[in-house]
Amino acid sequence: MDFAAVCLAVVLAPLAAAAVAGLGGRLVGRAAAHTLCIAGVAVSFAGSAWALAQLLGGAPVFNENVYSWGVSDGLSMSVGFQVDELSALMMTVVTFVSLAVHVYTIGYMRDDPGYTRFFAYISLFTFAMLMLVMSNNFLQLFFGWEGVGLVSYLLIGFWYRRPTAIFANYKAFIVNRIGDFAFIVAIAIIVAYMGSLDYAEVFARIPRAIGHDLFLTPGEPSKVITVICVGLFIGAMGKSAQVPLHVWLPDSMEGPTPISALIHAATMVTAGIFMVARCSPLFEMSPDALHFIVVIGATTALFMGLLGLVNNDIKRVVAYSTLSQLGYMTAALGAGAYGAGIFHLMTHAFFKALLFLAAGSVIIGMHHEQDMRRMGGLRKYMPVTYVTCVIGSLALIGFPGMSGFFSKDIIIESLKESSVEGSGYAYWCALIGVFVTALYSFRLVFMTFHGRERMDEHTREHLHESPWVVTLPLVALAIPSIAIGWITAGPVVFGDFFGGAIAQSPEGPIARLAGEFHGPAAFVRHAFGGPAVWLALAGVVTAWYLYLRRPELPARIAAQFPRLYRLLVNKYYFDWFNENVVATGVRNFGAGLWRRGDETVIDGWLVNGSARVVGALAAALRYVQSGYLYHYAFAMIIGLSLLLGWLLWQT
Amino acid sequence: MIGLAHYLLLAGVLFSVAVAGIFINRKNVILLLMCIELMLLAVNFNFVAFSRFLGILDGQVFVFFILTVAAAEAAIGLAILVVLFRRRRSINVEELDAMKG
Repeated sequence: MDFAAVCLAVVLAPLAAAAVAGLGGRLVGRAAAHTLCIAGVAVSFAGSAWALAQLLGGAPVFNENVYSWGVSDGLSMSVGFQVDELSALMMTVVTFVSLAVHVYTIGYMRDDPGYTRFFAYISLFTFAMLMLVMSNNFLQLFFGWEGVGLVSYLLIGFWYRRPTAIFANYKAFIVNRIGDFAFIVAIAIIVAYMGSLDYAEVFARIPRAIGHDLFLTPGEPSKVITVICVGLFIGAMGKSAQVPLHVWLPDSMEGPTPISALIHAATMVTAGIFMVARCSPLFEMSPDALHFIVVIGATTALFMGLLGLVNNDIKRVVAYSTLSQLGYMTAALGAGAYGAGIFHLMTHAFFKALLFLAAGSVIIGMHHEQDMRRMGGLRKYMPVTYVTCVIGSLALIGFPGMSGFFSKDIIIESLKESSVEGSGYAYWCALIGVFVTALYSFRLVFMTFHGRERMDEHTREHLHESPWVVTLPLVALAIPSIAIGWITAGPVVFGDFFGGAIAQSPEGPIARLAGEFHGPAAFVRHAFGGPAVWLALAGVVTAWYLYLRRPELPARIAAQFPRLYRLLVNKYYFDWFNENVVATGVRNFGAGLWRRGDETVIDGWLVNGSARVVGALAAALRYVQSGYLYHYAFAMIIGLSLLLGWLLWQT
Repeated sequence: MIGLAHYLLLAGVLFSVAVAGIFINRKNVILLLMCIELMLLAVNFNFVAFSRFLGILDGQVFVFFILTVAAAEAAIGLAILVVLFRRRRSINVEELDAMKG
């Protein structure tokens, strides 16, 4: 098979399906729309798997432009695909999760009037995400980047009659704009210094940017490469929801659950991680940028995890857990362990999509009740959901042998080994984070599936396991959540799977750890000697004690530390700050410009002012034309005298 | 000894009186006509004075022409005045402001 044709099919199949379902949804009907979209994504998945198999079989990296969009002053802008191990892995993960979510959607959205629209959106999302990961240049990356942002906006506000959903989608869009602004500025600097948008050319021309300084603030030079890297990373902070641009992600849970799983857990939010890994040759050149990344990542990993402890909305707990896990990935990137970050991205995509879909299954069963305080004891009503949810949670907390265990342990070890400034802080954040993760994950499991049944009678009578279209994706995702770590930990992280796709320095933490890695089984045994596993188990036990054994304790603890509790419940006042300081400030600034700048200066002085001046002048001149003969005669005489006087003066 | 300067001064004074009459007068159009006559006379004074001073008769010839024209002008002016009075029942200058756009 021709590689270019497969790439085109992978990208265009979901786009075509989205176009038909979105534009002709009413004509083709619901069944045809979902069949088409699922078929489109299945084609993508097959193509991605084929590409991955080819690469594993030793095929050379595919990198070709398929369409030249424009050439301006030597800068060529084209649509092209670079399918190396990194993008092939991402493509496979994205299309697999997307496929599972497509199937799940049939069950979850069954009664929704926007059924075909929803399918069109998620297929369109798959298209944009694939454009992003398969791109061979920064412009197409940015296109995909904005594309997934747009679909995310559309899907968060999918139930557009809910004011909270509209607020949330605005918030997501605006916060992402902040990141994207820095991102596009970084791309512009890359073009200015490297003169190209193509990854390969840019990375080959990195020496051109080294040694140059930019003066962002007068008198303080910053290295060009650092400015580029920090700019790119701020873009990643927006998309991958890192502190302080994380505020949109918990609110994005206003959208339907399938998209929370697909977009806000498994794929889109990992775009930032992917991008940093893709640009690893740039980031390797800037220790300052790595320092920044590792600190931001570690802060997100620990402090967002803590918020999961006080939330009662089942989806929001999972959302905060996503934030925390994204923080782990970012910290890994910052430590220079790009492979570990991507590995965690992959395992996380499976178990987090699983957790979200399980939460969605619970929400279906509970008739769209999301408050965990009104759940409990669901274990016997929804056995499949229960088992898969526990598998997902075990993978999330890093239970030895599960997929999340490998990826998270490698990240923690890398942070320990890393020589990047700030990795010591990150190591401790990550370790404490493990305990916190276990605590909130099992708090969710215990509050939802165990303990007293706290729902009302009516809901209890209607409780039943979800249909097969919902449970099938759960099972399909549970399998890789358990097994993928065993198979891939060795080759992906420590082997040469990525080849030249990722630039990891030979002195980096991964290279140091690779010497100690002797297969997954030895890694599991070795882990019991470290603190992470014991912390995770301690977290589970604590959750069991607090939420099953002594359920009255958490409230007492909250009452004991009212300030801390309020800080957590108010999400560290980020929203308060944004709404009252940033938003109000910007609105006041805008109102000031509108009142002073527009209404006073432009309208008042320039437009109406010039009209008033002309009017006043005309009014004054009107008095001159009185119609009285003697006035005219007087003017003539005066004029004559002046002229004569002037003449005399001249001579 | 009365010299040229005195004649010119007289002519100037006469002219100024006439001009002042045109500006200050707010009542009567006839007065305007009279003032114009006075102006012409002031000019005639100058002509005669210079003619005598320079010993050239051209100036006095001009005075005859001006007197003739002034007579004709007074006749036409009075005729217009009569028509004006018939139309507007007034020769008050204050009311004659039809010359504005």
